[in-house]
Amino acid sequence: MSNVQIRFLVQPAPALRRSTGVASEDSMTAAATAPPVRRHLHPPPVAATPFPYNSGSLLSVQDLTLEAVSHLLARASLLENLDPLVRDRILLKRRVALLFYESSTRTRTSFELAAKGLGADTTLVSNLSSSIEKGETLKDTGLTLRALGAEAIILRHNSSGAPWLLEEATRLPVLNAGDGMHEHPTQALLDLRTILAHLRPGIEAVSADTLAGVTVTITGDILHSRVARSNMLLLPRLGAHVLLCGPAQFLPELATGAGPGISIERDFDAALRQSQVVMMLRIQAERLAGQQIDLEHYKASYQLTGQRLAAHAPSALVMHPGPIIRGLELTAGVADGSQSVILEQVRHGVAIRMAVVERALADSSTKAGRA
Amino acid sequence: MSALLIRNGHLIDPAAGVDGHRDILLKDGRVAEIAAAGKLKPTNGTESLDATGLTVAPGLIDIHVHLREPGQGYKETIATGTAAAAAGGFTAVAAMPNTSPVNDSVEITRWMLAPERGAHVRVYPIAAATRGSKGESLNDFAALKSAGAVAVTDDGHPILKDSVMRETLAAAARVGLSVIQHAEDTRMTQGASMNAGPMAFKLGLRGMPPEAESSLVERDIRLVTELRDARSHLHVAHTSTAGAMAAVRKARRNGLRVTCEVAPHHFLLTDEHVGFYNTNAKMNPPLRSAADRDAMIEGILDGVVDAIATDHAPHATHEKEVEFENAPNGITGLETALGLCLRWLHKEWKLPLGRVLSLLSAQPAALLGLKGRGTLAVGSFADVVVFDPKAEWIYHAKETRSKAHNTPFDGWTMQGKVRWTISEGRVAYTGA
Repeated sequence: MSNVQIRFLVQPAPALRRSTGVASEDSMTAAATAPPVRRHLHPPPVAATPFPYNSGSLLSVQDLTLEAVSHLLARASLLENLDPLVRDRILLKRRVALLFYESSTRTRTSFELAAKGLGADTTLVSNLSSSIEKGETLKDTGLTLRALGAEAIILRHNSSGAPWLLEEATRLPVLNAGDGMHEHPTQALLDLRTILAHLRPGIEAVSADTLAGVTVTITGDILHSRVARSNMLLLPRLGAHVLLCGPAQFLPELATGAGPGISIERDFDAALRQSQVVMMLRIQAERLAGQQIDLEHYKASYQLTGQRLAAHAPSALVMHPGPIIRGLELTAGVADGSQSVILEQVRHGVAIRMAVVERALADSSTKAGRA
Repeated sequence: MSALLIRNGHLIDPAAGVDGHRDILLKDGRVAEIAAAGKLKPTNGTESLDATGLTVAPGLIDIHVHLREPGQGYKETIATGTAAAAAGGFTAVAAMPNTSPVNDSVEITRWMLAPERGAHVRVYPIAAATRGSKGESLNDFAALKSAGAVAVTDDGHPILKDSVMRETLAAAARVGLSVIQHAEDTRMTQGASMNAGPMAFKLGLRGMPPEAESSLVERDIRLVTELRDARSHLHVAHTSTAGAMAAVRKARRNGLRVTCEVAPHHFLLTDEHVGFYNTNAKMNPPLRSAADRDAMIEGILDGVVDAIATDHAPHATHEKEVEFENAPNGITGLETALGLCLRWLHKEWKLPLGRVLSLLSAQPAALLGLKGRGTLAVGSFADVVVFDPKAEWIYHAKETRSKAHNTPFDGWTMQGKVRWTISEGRVAYTGA
């Protein structure tokens, strides 16, 4: 290397001039006129993810290949139609823990019915009646459940990413039953099964064009919705177009960057006119973090009413992950109306979760990973 | 005190304009003599280090570290933090005041400097700007300075009130202290745990908008402009956004005393490196977008950036093994800074070695007015780092001298291995 020369291409801070000669006045003047350095930079790459550690885990819909989705759909149908006395031999006496940090009706009950339907023993741990109240961490709770013999953990948690933490700590199959504002993969799978039952009856083996030509509008509080995220990451992989609809407060422009096949249509009526499926979402008051919303204004723009539905999407499927708030995101008439498949979704949930629990325990092997 | 002779090394001392093979004699904690390689012979009682094939440079200076004492010795102590500093080639570190209690007093500043703390390298306390870092009433800067504080800041608790920040800048200027600002408009970052953007949306995490940083930097620069006659020195800590970098660049062109530092993680990583909720990629300011990261690299290459500082922020392992939103901010950095700077800034992006070393020693010393540091001119402190510039090695967090293991650089390839770190004439670290 030749003589070290400190070159400032912009004026150095006058503060530096009191230094012991970091740069001379001459080099400053000469450098001030030089053009800025521009290079083609190769920054460090992002490392490949070690997740999932356990092949039985379902953390994100992105963990599933379309082949795996097809397999789950096929198993769901088979298990649903199996004689219950035969079905409950499949996971007889296997131990499944349900670990719930948030209240839940549908997800908890259907996971429990699914696991029991296959013969497994289940145990429920909730944050309100356990040592979690005493300050036990998620890691320690997971390790305790493993020591008690749990072979898989179904986790509902109010923090995005909690299932990844639990899986890394326990290396057990972890089924994400909803994490914060992030994902709810079994909801997306049961929504898919519901959509297929109506729009592609008989089809279980899905491919990249199974839902070609189908537009699914998701309307409401997208920002806080794990259901929206899982659906917008799954449905476009089968060829569907996902239209997101809602006010900027609930739907930032950058949502379209989550993946391919996602776009935004702020005009609900225009979105409905393009849609074969419309999913309505609840405003998640518990996640608003101090934001205020003008409910009357919101309803005027985004409430699904009988009139709106008849005018713009008279044959679309109306879906909702629940819990529904009648009179807010949709009217009671629409919830109970002929286009609504809301309770069908619930029914599909049990079948899908049987397939997911079976996969967790049947085919579970732990990958060697970080200590 | 005994003497130490470093023979036949390649001396790079950017501040003194030296770049060549030299022998260096250290005596009584100072640089006693420098001569052409082979000219100085060890006399009786003089230890000697053979630096053939090695680079000899002024000891590195990190002006942004958290040593956690007083009050949080389970995360790090002054002894363990400075041991990590020595292992990383650092001979001086400036310790942030967000300790427990906050370092807002002469007593705590002196306590940190007491020999009982067992520091392995020189510690420069940075005092809190306001009482308890609450952003309300100013501390006694003159008293803090005479106790040993080299700057004031409410790091981690940015001063939001214009009037308080204006007073801080003016009062610090009167006693010749720099004001360091952690620029974050916390009104825009409530409940957020990573950079705002597509990645935060995808992960379902609340985001900190880049404007939370840049708007406060712009506000601070406006205050410095208004106080022009006071000659205030504003130093922007851990700059992470293109907007803040542009504001500093412009202030510089306007002749203001505004400086900035960048941390290695902000010129190397982006919010994509958060992956699936890696709490060792969580810090504040957060990892930003690729465009922001590129602006940090550009700022370093074209000279707007005055210093590389690590924001070494140790935490206990159990504190990081929690949900991403609940994990504390911060990563360690003292042992990885040189290896990453040489691997990326020098080898990959071709920043001359002298420039890299200047960003890690001469410039930070000048910025905080640390007299006799950052150079090996005769009479300076005998603070030296001797390293093998060609050696590639893998960093293993479990081998750290810090108490903490919270680094995103575990398993990364480093360039340049520290062989000796000498603090005021004493060997503080000997590497393999």
